[in-house]
Amino acid sequence: MNFLTAENLALVFAGLTALAVLLYAILDGYDLGVGITLPMQQEAWRDTAIASIGPFWDANETWLVLAVGLLLVAFPAAHSAILHALYLPAALLLIGLILRGVAFDFRAKVKPERKIRWDWTFKFGSLLATFSQGFMLGIYVMGLEYSVGSVVFASFSGLCVTAAYAMIGNAWLIGKTSGDLQRHAIRQCKLAGVWTLAGILAVSAINPLVNANVYQVWTEPPLAYLFAAIPLLCFAMFALGYLALKRLPLPDDRGAWLPFFICKVIFVCSFVGLALSFYPFVVPNQMTLYEAASSKESLTIIFFGAVVVIPIIAAYTAVAYYAFRGKADGLKYY
Amino acid sequence: MLDTLLLSRIQFAANISFHILFPTITIALGWLLVYFKIRFDLSQHPVWMRAYRFWVKVFALTFALGVVSGITMSFQFGTNWPGFMETVGNIAGPLLAYEILTAFFLEATMLGIMLFGFNKVPRWLHTLATLLVAIGTTLSAFWILVLNSWMQTPVGFEMRDGVAHATDWLAIIFNPSFPYRFTHMLLASALTVCFLVAGISAYRLYRGDNKKAPRLTLKTALFTAAVLAPTQAFVGDLHGLNTLQHQPQKIAAMEGIWHTQQGAPLVLFAIPDAETQTNRFALEIPKLASLILTHDLNGELKGINEFPDAHPPVAPVFYSFRVMVGIGVLMLAVAWWCSLRLYRKGELSPLQYKVLIGMSFSGWIATLAGWYVTEIGRQPYLVYGVLKTSDAVTTVASEQVALTLIMYLALYVVLLLAYVKTLFWLAKRAIEVEEYDLSLPGLPEQKAKLANEGVEA
Repeated sequence: MNFLTAENLALVFAGLTALAVLLYAILDGYDLGVGITLPMQQEAWRDTAIASIGPFWDANETWLVLAVGLLLVAFPAAHSAILHALYLPAALLLIGLILRGVAFDFRAKVKPERKIRWDWTFKFGSLLATFSQGFMLGIYVMGLEYSVGSVVFASFSGLCVTAAYAMIGNAWLIGKTSGDLQRHAIRQCKLAGVWTLAGILAVSAINPLVNANVYQVWTEPPLAYLFAAIPLLCFAMFALGYLALKRLPLPDDRGAWLPFFICKVIFVCSFVGLALSFYPFVVPNQMTLYEAASSKESLTIIFFGAVVVIPIIAAYTAVAYYAFRGKADGLKYY
Repeated sequence: MLDTLLLSRIQFAANISFHILFPTITIALGWLLVYFKIRFDLSQHPVWMRAYRFWVKVFALTFALGVVSGITMSFQFGTNWPGFMETVGNIAGPLLAYEILTAFFLEATMLGIMLFGFNKVPRWLHTLATLLVAIGTTLSAFWILVLNSWMQTPVGFEMRDGVAHATDWLAIIFNPSFPYRFTHMLLASALTVCFLVAGISAYRLYRGDNKKAPRLTLKTALFTAAVLAPTQAFVGDLHGLNTLQHQPQKIAAMEGIWHTQQGAPLVLFAIPDAETQTNRFALEIPKLASLILTHDLNGELKGINEFPDAHPPVAPVFYSFRVMVGIGVLMLAVAWWCSLRLYRKGELSPLQYKVLIGMSFSGWIATLAGWYVTEIGRQPYLVYGVLKTSDAVTTVASEQVALTLIMYLALYVVLLLAYVKTLFWLAKRAIEVEEYDLSLPGLPEQKAKLANEGVEA
C-alpha cells in the first residue's frame, strides 16, 4: 500500500478522530441537551423526553470512547498532554456521565417516590458533563494553560457549549414530541439558540485575538475567501432557524425536524471552523499531528479494521434510527 | 501525603474493581436472555417472556453501570499510566481500538432495540438484537482479555528503542495464557449470574411468590451452576498449571512458598510474614501442592527466594487466592445440595432459600479475588518482564489524584448500594405483578386461547 505513508496515516487518523468528536458532539449533544433542559414541570413530559433518547444515548456515548480511544491509540503523546492538563475537568466530566447514565435506569426501576430524585440526578449529571466538556474545550483552545484569563474564557466556553447542547436537545424534542411538550421545546430552543449565537460570536472574536496563527488562517487570502463561507453559512442557519421556530408548530407537524437539521449544520460549521483554526496542531501551538502520531504498523492494522467496521456501524445505526422513527410518546422501557 | 504511584494504583484498582462487577454479570446474563427469548419464540409460552422481562431490567441497569464505569477506564489508561501507552501502545492500541469498533458500538446500538424495540421491530429482529448484544459483550470480553493476557504473557513483539513493536498479531492475540484466562472468566461470569439469578429467584419464592417464572429461573440457574462449578474447578487448575509455566513467582505467592522446595505442602491457611519469609500459624497438607502442580509428590516448586527483585507481595495474593477457591468450593457444594433437593422434591427448604439469597453476590467476591490474584501476582510489572508499574505512572500531582479518588470512591459506594437495593426492590415488585398480564403488548398470538383456557405447561 503506497498511499499509506506515515504522513497520510497521521492525517487519516486525525480526520477519523475529528469525525468521532464531531459525531459525539452532535449525537451525545442532543441527548445531553435533553438532560440539561429536562422539563421538571410534569412527570409525563420527563418520561417522554427521556424515552425519546432512551434507545440511542448509549451508542451516542460510545463515540466519546472512540474519540478518546483513537486519540490514545493514534496520538499517544497528544492524549497524554491533553488529558494530563485536563485531569480535573475530565474527572468531573466522567462523574457527570456516570451520574446521568445510571439515572436513566434507576429512575425507571426504583420506588416511585424516589424517581424524582433520579430525575434531578439526571439533569445535574447532564449539566456537569456538558459544562466540563465546554470548559475542557476552552482550556484546549487557550493552549492547555491555566491562568485567570484562560479559566474565565473556559468557563464562558462551558456556558456556550451548555447553550449549544440545550439548543440541539430541544430541536430533537421538537421532532420527537407533540402538543404542550413540543411547544415547550420550541420556546426552550429559541432561548438556547440566542445564547449559542452570542457564544459563537464571542469565541470567534476572541480566538483570533489570542492565537496569532488563527488570525492568519482567517485573514490570509486566497483561502480566507473560501473559509469565509463557513461563518456565513453558520449565521444564515441561525437566521433560518429563528424564522422556523417562530412559525412552528405547523399543521400535520410539517417542518418539525427542520430545527434539528439546522442545529446539525451549525455544529458542523462551528467544528470545521475550530478544526481549520488549529490545523495541523493537535495540541494548539505545541504539537502537530505528525509529531504526535504513533507507529505506522499499528495505525495500518487499525486503519483496515476501521475501513471494514465503520460502514457496518453506520448501517446498524441507521436500522436503529429507522426502527425508532416517529414520535416518542409510545416508547417505554419494559 | 501518599505518593502518586500508590494513589494511582489505588484509584485504578478501585475503578477497575467497580467496573468488572457489571460486565461479569452482563456477559453471561446476555446469553441467558437469548435462551429465554428463543424458548419464548419457539413455545409462545408467556412464562419465558415473564422471565425475559424481569431479567432484561436487571441487564439494562447492570449494563448502564458497566458502560459509565468503562468510559472512566478509557480515560484513565492515559491519565494514570501514560508510560503504558508510550511503551506498549503499538500493541495495546489496536486491541483497544478493535474492542471499541467491533464490540462497543454493536452492543450499545442493539441494546436500544432490545430494550425499547419489542413492539417496534419484527419479532425476529428483536431476537437477533438480543443475540447481538450477547455476542457484543462476549466480544468485548475477548478483546480486553487478549490485552490483559498479553500483559501477563507477552509474545509476538520486539523492542526497538524501548518501545514494543508488533511482529506477529496472531501470536499476540492467542498468547499463551489467553485461552485459559478467557475460559476462566467466561465461566466466572456464568457462575456469578447463576448465583445472582438463583438468589433473586429464591428471594421471590421465599417471600411467597407463587408464580412459574421464578421457579423456572431458579431451576435453570441451579442446574447450570451444578454443571459449571466443577467445570470451573477443572479449568482453574489448568490455568494454574499455565501460570506455573510462565509466571512461577505468582504461583509461589499464591501457594505461600517462600523457599524452593521439593514435595511442597498445600497451605490451607497461614499468615504469610514477609519479614521472616515464613508462614505463621500454617495449616498444611504435606506434599499436596507439588502433587497438584507437578503431578509428582516430590516435585520441585520454586519459592519467592528465586526472584529477589521481581516478586509480588505475598500476603494479598495468598489471601485472595484462598477467598476465590473457598467461594468456588462453597458454590459447588451449594449448587449440588440445592439441585439435588430441587430435582427430588421440586422445592427447596427455607434454609436453602436463605443460603441462596445470602449468596446472590458471591460470584462478585470470587471474581474480584481472582483478579486480585492475577493482577497483584504480576507485580512489580505492569507488562510482565517488559514494563514496571512504577515506570508507567503519571506525573499528575498526588493531590489531584487523591481528590478524584475520593470523589470516585464516594460515588461508587452510593451506586453499589443503590444497585443492590434496586435489584431486590425489583424482585419485591415482581411478586405483586399478575402472573400472565395479557394486556401487555406483544404477547403471543395465542392470547385469546390463554385467556380462555388459563395457562398450562
